[in-house]
Amino acid sequence: MRKLTDNEAGAGLNSVASGMGDSLSHESAVKHVTGEAQYVDDILEPVDLLHVATGQSTIAHGRIKSLNLDAVRLAEGVVDVITVSDVPGDPDVSPVYTGDMILASAEVVYIGQPIFAVAAISLELAKRACMQAKIEYEELEAVLTPQQALANEAFVLPTRSFVKGDVDEAIESADHVVEAQLYVRGQEHFYLEGQISLALPTEDGGVHVISSSQHPSEVQKLVASVLGINIHQVQSETRRMGGGFGGKESQAAVLACTASLFAIRNGRSVKYRLPRQDDMVQTGKRHDFWNRYRAGVTDQGVIVGVQMELAGLCGCTADLSEGIVDRAMFHADNAYYYPTTRIDGYRCKTNTVSNTAFRGFGGPKGMIAAESMMDDIARKVGRDPLDVRLENLYAPGRDETPYGQKVEQHMLRDMMEKLAGDADYRDRRNAILAFNKENADLRKGLALTPIKFGISFTSTHLNQAGALLHIYTDGSVHINHGGTEMGQGLYTKIAQVVASTLGVSYERVMVSSTRTDKVPNTSPTAASAGTDLNGMAAQNAAEKIKRRLIEFVASDSGARSNEVLIENDMVMVRGESRSFDNVIKAAYMNRVQLSATGFYKTPKIHFDKETGKGHPFFYFANGAALSEVIVDGLTGEYRVSQVDILHDVGNSINPAIDIGQIEGGFVQGMGWLTTEELLWDDTGRVISNSPANYKIPTAYDVPEKFSVQLYNEPNREETIYQSKAVGEPPLMLALSVWCALRDAAASFSDYKFSPPMNTPATPEEVYYAISAAKEYSPQ
Amino acid sequence: MITVNYHKTCPNGQDLKLVINEQAVEVNESADTTALQYLRSNGLTGTKEGCASGDCGACTVMVGELNGGKVQFKTVNSCIVPIGQLAGMHIVTAEGLADQSGLHPAQDEMVACHGSQCGFCTPGFVMSLAAMVENGDPAKIETVQQGISGNLCRCTGYRPIVQAGMNALGRDYESRLQDPAFFKDTKSPSQGNVQQPLNESALREAMVQYPKASLIAGGTDLMLEVTQRYQHFERLIDVSRVMELRSITETQDTYCIGASVTYTELERFFAQRSQSLVSLLHRLGSRQIRNCGTIGGNLANGSPIADMPPVLICWGATVELCTSSGQTRGVSINEFYRGYRQTVLQADEYIAGIRIPKRSLDSFARFYKSSKRIEDDISSVMGAFLFQGDGSEITAARIAFGGMAATPVSLPGIEDILVGKTINKRLLSEVGEAIGEMMSPMTDVRASAEYRAAMARSMLERALNEFSGVSKPLVMELKLHA
Repeated sequence: MRKLTDNEAGAGLNSVASGMGDSLSHESAVKHVTGEAQYVDDILEPVDLLHVATGQSTIAHGRIKSLNLDAVRLAEGVVDVITVSDVPGDPDVSPVYTGDMILASAEVVYIGQPIFAVAAISLELAKRACMQAKIEYEELEAVLTPQQALANEAFVLPTRSFVKGDVDEAIESADHVVEAQLYVRGQEHFYLEGQISLALPTEDGGVHVISSSQHPSEVQKLVASVLGINIHQVQSETRRMGGGFGGKESQAAVLACTASLFAIRNGRSVKYRLPRQDDMVQTGKRHDFWNRYRAGVTDQGVIVGVQMELAGLCGCTADLSEGIVDRAMFHADNAYYYPTTRIDGYRCKTNTVSNTAFRGFGGPKGMIAAESMMDDIARKVGRDPLDVRLENLYAPGRDETPYGQKVEQHMLRDMMEKLAGDADYRDRRNAILAFNKENADLRKGLALTPIKFGISFTSTHLNQAGALLHIYTDGSVHINHGGTEMGQGLYTKIAQVVASTLGVSYERVMVSSTRTDKVPNTSPTAASAGTDLNGMAAQNAAEKIKRRLIEFVASDSGARSNEVLIENDMVMVRGESRSFDNVIKAAYMNRVQLSATGFYKTPKIHFDKETGKGHPFFYFANGAALSEVIVDGLTGEYRVSQVDILHDVGNSINPAIDIGQIEGGFVQGMGWLTTEELLWDDTGRVISNSPANYKIPTAYDVPEKFSVQLYNEPNREETIYQSKAVGEPPLMLALSVWCALRDAAASFSDYKFSPPMNTPATPEEVYYAISAAKEYSPQ
Repeated sequence: MITVNYHKTCPNGQDLKLVINEQAVEVNESADTTALQYLRSNGLTGTKEGCASGDCGACTVMVGELNGGKVQFKTVNSCIVPIGQLAGMHIVTAEGLADQSGLHPAQDEMVACHGSQCGFCTPGFVMSLAAMVENGDPAKIETVQQGISGNLCRCTGYRPIVQAGMNALGRDYESRLQDPAFFKDTKSPSQGNVQQPLNESALREAMVQYPKASLIAGGTDLMLEVTQRYQHFERLIDVSRVMELRSITETQDTYCIGASVTYTELERFFAQRSQSLVSLLHRLGSRQIRNCGTIGGNLANGSPIADMPPVLICWGATVELCTSSGQTRGVSINEFYRGYRQTVLQADEYIAGIRIPKRSLDSFARFYKSSKRIEDDISSVMGAFLFQGDGSEITAARIAFGGMAATPVSLPGIEDILVGKTINKRLLSEVGEAIGEMMSPMTDVRASAEYRAAMARSMLERALNEFSGVSKPLVMELKLHA
């Protein structure tokens, strides 16, 4: 018999804290700071490695008349050149519907669309070779804005509506009507690590693809489909991403497919990494939305009916836009009760890159319409915006959403009142009113906004997860699960869940690369659901093994199962305790299976796309933020001076990680709404195509006073440790900054007028909002 | 600890020596190989490429120089620094900070404060924080913010990183990296495909010998040709070590700023001389860019949105040019620009320095920058204003703008209107209208033409209001960097 590892030699496994509920460091924190954490581009390069670059369309819409790649093929360092006709399998790499081609065929549909791909011995040579192509086009008319698409009825998918009651009648008979439109610009993900895939050919005619992807299973499926081979011939692996934010949910696959195709054709390993500018031009972003709304309200500002039209700029294909525009519609109420409503969601087809998932997944676009409307109502009826918001919150009896689901956990009133009290909303409001009366140019603004974000994939089938747990004979524990690590701390939380379920120390548990040959058929790590889904699956696996261990110990010592307790790395039965390691060794010797799979599917959820009714969300995550700004009326420049946040994560599995998600999400949302201006020129070219002209926040933009508190109330639904999802919701807390800026602008009309202010609220946009407020004069 | 697979041979006899993570190495690379490319292809993959354009800081490394027997560290964007420019210096990367005794304070605090999430930007942040620790900078929020102004993080929202910086700077720490002995085997400067002349006569010789070679100073603009447009430079002449160009000298009535003086050095020199300029410099580029970028480079690239020219126009500066044969000429900054990205600089000329009359620093000055983001952003409009008088009446005025035309421009027409006038609402609207008539800016990714015109008016109005005491300085009130 082989010798089992001696327990005493297994150093570092002696600590007993499972870490559940503790602020443990990110599992890779030390590797991050020493540079040892390996990203795809850091993997030691195989000697036969080829690098990929693509030649891209220079027009927004047209037919390719001629494509001459002779000079490309002859260029220095070039090994292989492909077009779409070289694809042995299916060239369509769409995630859900169709239309996303690996390379353009006869027609090009956006500027930057890859037409051909080059594999060369270095990235520089591949890039230089691409410049040698001669392409002639026949230009066709391009549709570039949601307004044009609506006029042309150009949609990637059919329009959907949520209807509740007779909204027209309600609005017509209301005391007041507010009506506005709002252009909400998209957002570039700007994950610090650009898109990248490394494909290594295998002896089975398949590939091992290592990619920076939120969805390794989809990468695996699409690589197989492009190559025309079976899914089991492809292993797809992701250890970590240098940021994802939704941008690597569907967008990573095309790189993996292209690299794999070259790998198979040439029998060589192939890396496809997008330089920053290509990434910013060639990959999808957050959708622009053109929102229009009309609301009828009482004299007190209570809503009687809301009609909204949300038009998302989807770009050239559907990608994930079905769900994204759905989610905008699902969140067009944010936290407010609409007694009657009609919400229409349009999926506009344009000759721009196909837009994709981005933290919030359409939700922020619906919510901003609701929040903008709240401020309009407050100014219309002359009440404090906070009072109007409180008045319109969902409440018992006023709890049915436009899509039929009832809001069951009414916690926002308490959260908002607590935040307003703790952060002195009323006193600060009065101080600001006084300040603004005394100052001609400098003005302050204040806003407290809530968020209510639905948790679950709205495509019900995606709400499933798997895990694979092993305990080795030295007592060390190894977990794999279907989720991916993009910085959000998922691996850390999963290790906490496993340790706590097994009753062992956190240090004992190792989480390793997410691989499709470990856990198959997984869902993307998205929809904030990574921990909810994979945590439950991991717990399920841990419980299985724990049950086996308990039964083994019980039968071994003649006790009943309920007399066995595993806790703090010790196994206790009838007053006797044994070390976990000894029990594991004994279990192995007695042929107890020490490996298990886990599975989870979210209960209770259903949704009928045809009727627009159902129960799409398991629960809602809530939060509230209070932001204060100071604005220079002469230039529109501003600073965010104070932000206070109260956020609901249920029971926190790891408060440090949750606070990190809240702070980071908030600042990312603030960037979307302030400095980050995603711009195209009138030919359809992205002109915000580099970090030199697309500005995400720096440390200096973070509010001087920035406080985040957790609202410690356990989730009433059966989630992992009664926690709540935290990935996306905090991004939308930043709506308070936008509302505060608009509040400051409105002060120039003595709050009589709600000035139009599109997003992002750059100094320029704020300046024009102020100008509009200054020009306002009551009829 | 990762060991490095350094190139050991120098077939072309380039004999470029430097120190990487305490280890002396010899390097033989092409002129335009960046430090980042070199590090990553030699096993040091802890340093990341985020943008390859000096905008994100993921590639930040610490560079130590022996200065008067003392080691001084600065941070640079390794993605746009040719490795050849770093001859004789000590590059420290994230892999080289920790030792047997544990993590460097910057690393330790980043872990303790939960300063990393995805971790990709982290090595860059660690290096920016470590450089401050090594240089003994004070534990002040502004210091930390300035030190990481060129580091973008998309995950954390920065709060924990700033906290880590504060904690690290507050710790007692004995550095092993300050040892001058690291530099004993290094031979400075590079005389290979990156030429590093140490004085002007050597510079001229190099220019004569290699007439086609581009001059490089900070490289913060030039190197984008390599990393963004995939151009190749066979040879570069590095002016950043030319002694005369690196110095600031003064006569009785003039400051002469050498062309290779960096923005960071300008910040120090003008700290007690012009707070207005220092406030502007804090918004010009990031710390990493300011550590490399030079005043001469800001002029030589001919950009209409460069931030220094409007200031220099207001100060009545003269640009000193010199040919490779040593002929010098002085050109008024007003006459330096000929058109969009065109200057009077001839192919065989270099900028030697900029002369600034001392008395111009005595006047009331305001330098305003309009941009989407406060830090490290290119101006949509840059306005520079200089007034003399008693606060109500103006006896002399100079006004210049960047971003309003194909070149930086002065506005003598407005100056004429202002002189001899009392500041009041009528005057403000008169000059506001006049500016609108004189300028026709363009719309681009940074701002619309209308907003630019409005900003020119607003900036002038604010400058006049501050001059007359109606408004407090905006830098104070909005805290746009003090």
